[in-house]
Amino acid sequence: MKPLLKVENLHTEFRTDEGTVKAVDGISFQVRAGETVCIVGESGCGKSVTAMSMMGLVEEPAGKVTGGAITFGDDDLLRLNKHELRAIRGHELAMIFQEPMSSLNPVLKIGEQIMEPLMLHLKLKRKEAAAHAVELIRQVGISRPEQIAASYPHELSGGMLQRIMIAIAVSCSPKLLIADEPTTALDVTIQAQILDMLRTFKESSGMSLLLITHDLGVVAEMADYVIVMYAGKIVEEGEVTALFADPKHPYTRGLLKSKPVMGRRTEELYSIPGQVPNPLELTPSCYFHDRCGHCMEVCVSREPLLQPLGNGQKAACWLYEEAKIHV
Amino acid sequence: MSTYLSKRLLYMILILFAASLLIFALYANTPGDFITGNIKLTAERKAELREIYGLNKPMLERYGIWLKNALHGDFGYSLAQQKPVLQLFNDYIWNSFLLAAVSTFLTWLIAVVIGVISAYRQYSWFDTLVMIGIFAAMSLPSFFIGLFLIKMLAVDLQWLPPGGMITTGSNATGMAYVKEVIQHMTLPVVVMTLLGLGSLTRYFRSGMIDVLRQDYIRTARAKGLSERKVLFRHALRNALLPAITLVGFELPSLFGGSIIIEQIFNWPGVGQLYMKSFGLRDYPLLMGFTMLLAILTVLGTLLSDMLYRVADPRVRL
Amino acid sequence: MRTNTVSAAASPKRSRERRSSLLGQSLRKLMHNKLAVAGFAVVVFMTLLCFIGPLFSPYTDNRINMAMMNKAPSLKHWLGTDALGRDIMTRVMQAGRISLTVGLASMLLSVFLGALLGAISGYYRGITDQIIMRIADLLMTVPNLPLLFIFGAMLSEWKVPTDYRMYLVMLMLSAVNWPGMARMVRGQMLSLREREFMQAAEVLGLRSSRKLLHHLLPNIVPLLIVMATLNIGGAILSESVLSFFGLGVMPPTPTWGNMIDAANNMIDFQNHPWLWIPPGVSIFAIVIAINIFGDGLRDVLDPKQKR
Repeated sequence: MKPLLKVENLHTEFRTDEGTVKAVDGISFQVRAGETVCIVGESGCGKSVTAMSMMGLVEEPAGKVTGGAITFGDDDLLRLNKHELRAIRGHELAMIFQEPMSSLNPVLKIGEQIMEPLMLHLKLKRKEAAAHAVELIRQVGISRPEQIAASYPHELSGGMLQRIMIAIAVSCSPKLLIADEPTTALDVTIQAQILDMLRTFKESSGMSLLLITHDLGVVAEMADYVIVMYAGKIVEEGEVTALFADPKHPYTRGLLKSKPVMGRRTEELYSIPGQVPNPLELTPSCYFHDRCGHCMEVCVSREPLLQPLGNGQKAACWLYEEAKIHV
Repeated sequence: MSTYLSKRLLYMILILFAASLLIFALYANTPGDFITGNIKLTAERKAELREIYGLNKPMLERYGIWLKNALHGDFGYSLAQQKPVLQLFNDYIWNSFLLAAVSTFLTWLIAVVIGVISAYRQYSWFDTLVMIGIFAAMSLPSFFIGLFLIKMLAVDLQWLPPGGMITTGSNATGMAYVKEVIQHMTLPVVVMTLLGLGSLTRYFRSGMIDVLRQDYIRTARAKGLSERKVLFRHALRNALLPAITLVGFELPSLFGGSIIIEQIFNWPGVGQLYMKSFGLRDYPLLMGFTMLLAILTVLGTLLSDMLYRVADPRVRL
Repeated sequence: MRTNTVSAAASPKRSRERRSSLLGQSLRKLMHNKLAVAGFAVVVFMTLLCFIGPLFSPYTDNRINMAMMNKAPSLKHWLGTDALGRDIMTRVMQAGRISLTVGLASMLLSVFLGALLGAISGYYRGITDQIIMRIADLLMTVPNLPLLFIFGAMLSEWKVPTDYRMYLVMLMLSAVNWPGMARMVRGQMLSLREREFMQAAEVLGLRSSRKLLHHLLPNIVPLLIVMATLNIGGAILSESVLSFFGLGVMPPTPTWGNMIDAANNMIDFQNHPWLWIPPGVSIFAIVIAINIFGDGLRDVLDPKQKR
């Protein structure tokens, strides 16, 4: 079956005073209908920029999608004109953001903000839209929805606002929902509720979910398929159970090791040594080499490619290239 | 809120008292008065008049009398025009207000539109042009640009009348009168608008640039809204909100006239009245006008503060 | 970040090096702003022209030449001559000397007063702050133009010799300009006091004069430079208004403002525009150049204040 979303060789660059940063450097992946794909990585690895590139929201003129294709349904999102892209945005392709507190307009009432896409994409009349907005607020589990619809964002808590953001995103029954760190800014107890809600919506409507997070707990909870990004590239990907059971790339292993596990107490929590490389000083190499415990000569001078390793997993690491050569 | 407000009001009154004393002392200690300058009078008549006007009393006593009357709403009698100061203000202030209101309205309208567009197209050639225009407007010597435009448009090209509010000797009524006034006010309004445009456009431009970077603008775009909606429904409201505080600061210029512009264009407003009286040392009027401006300034600041608190639901006391 | 502060505190010499490199960085950034560079070039050019230009003019002595009265611009007199047959171009340059000097001097004085009083106010707080800021409030309540007019009229009535008037005009302008400056500096001081490095100075038990001079003042220098630059333009404009109305610097000392006074004469205004347009254009040119340069400076030195 044809995937719902197919990203091929996507490149996004940002120009800064010091030089050009390749924020997303040739990544490819796909999302099938009804599937949840998670993109994991440290901050600055390009996962948010990937989402923004898909939405056509990369800040110009500093940032620019410089190459690749994003096929969504029958359209290549990068080849659509602004008008066509707007018709898809917020309708079939919706997104929620990390900071619910600042993502809603402070001077417009909550109800108004939910009604906007309803009137725009579903062509509802004002009255119908208002009624539907109240219904959506109820669906995201907020009591007294009429009262909430008439209030302003600063009167609500962060958790409530993220529910409202979800209500806006799912209002037009999107085929794909992109959630960029949807729970990072929230309290732990609220996080679980928000994730539950996303899962419920996904199951009831059959939409796909592209979840961007740095939290492996969230990944384990939600994902069908996992993509691990590092410095603008995919270093490993695979089915969630396989990947968690047998991570191939040293970076993925490091990530999993640095995650505290319930019931297993260690003297000191593991952390990956070193820092993310400066994106301006990258040379052809494995970008993880200076933090890697298995660094070899080839890692410093040549870039490893993403290779299938059986079991549905892929990794970009010289360890496995070498192994294959020997086998 | 109420203790804050009463403290604020008390301070305002104190400052106005201090200001009135300062202004009075300055005017009273400037050598020369209304009578000295009049060469037609004999020495005895001068002494007599001084006695009548109370100009020979000590400064503090005169201030006491002025203050007592002022508190009763009596700002004295203009010596030159032999009319109560307040009545003169009432005669002239509306002419000032007419100029100021029209040009303020135009300034705001143009500033918002240009500010929004140039913020949206930041770093474009249009934006650069606007920035240069802003600096130009902020650097214009008001009297010079007034004179220059009179020379060009009124004297040389004769498109517009050079000054005044109506043509000398005209007794037009009805629509003809309105038309005449509009013709006469065009030039001063253009100059005043030009002068105000710089800082206000700059204010809206930078405010809009800030707003356009906000997360909720990204949300609005993610909803699929058109750029026009994003700009005018989501961004502009937020950019206009802090500008409400500026309304208060416009108060003195709305009702206080513009000394320079009215003088240059011979416009019968309070500013020109002040300049006329200044040469004659008509102290009651000068005093009244300066106090009027001080009161408007203080009230304007208060108004700004209140408006800001009302306008932005996030600001709490 | 932490290593930086430690090393800077440990060795004052190194901190100075660091500061000069900060200055270098700012200069480099400023050079990238073409508009600001152009503004600076115009300021330098006009200043040089005003101060050096008259030396090369054959008409510097301002000899009265009845044969050359009110002549329109020509090859001999590029900007024409005035009612006494004096060369306007030379007059404009000589007037520029005065106008620029008045603007610069009154700026220096108001920045000095404003920075000193604002810093004292924001640093010592309490009663000192109350007194200084109440005086500032008072001066800001009284409208500037009438205040300047009164001062100007006093000078006229006291028959102050025209040579001295120039200096008194500088004083007048500073008297109305310092409160705004003081308020800004005070606000900056208050926010700086709360910052970590000042609390560290507090813990170290430094003397207050030392804290003020070595720790606080250097931090407001960028703000002061920007304010000072923009203030020159304002001072030049105010001086021109006063002189135009005959209340500032008086003839025979020429300034751009009192040269435009020629426009108050109906015949000169209509028929001899070369008498008053060149000084007006000069004011406009120098002020816009100063403002553009000052704004570029602000972008580099004080990016938070951008507005």
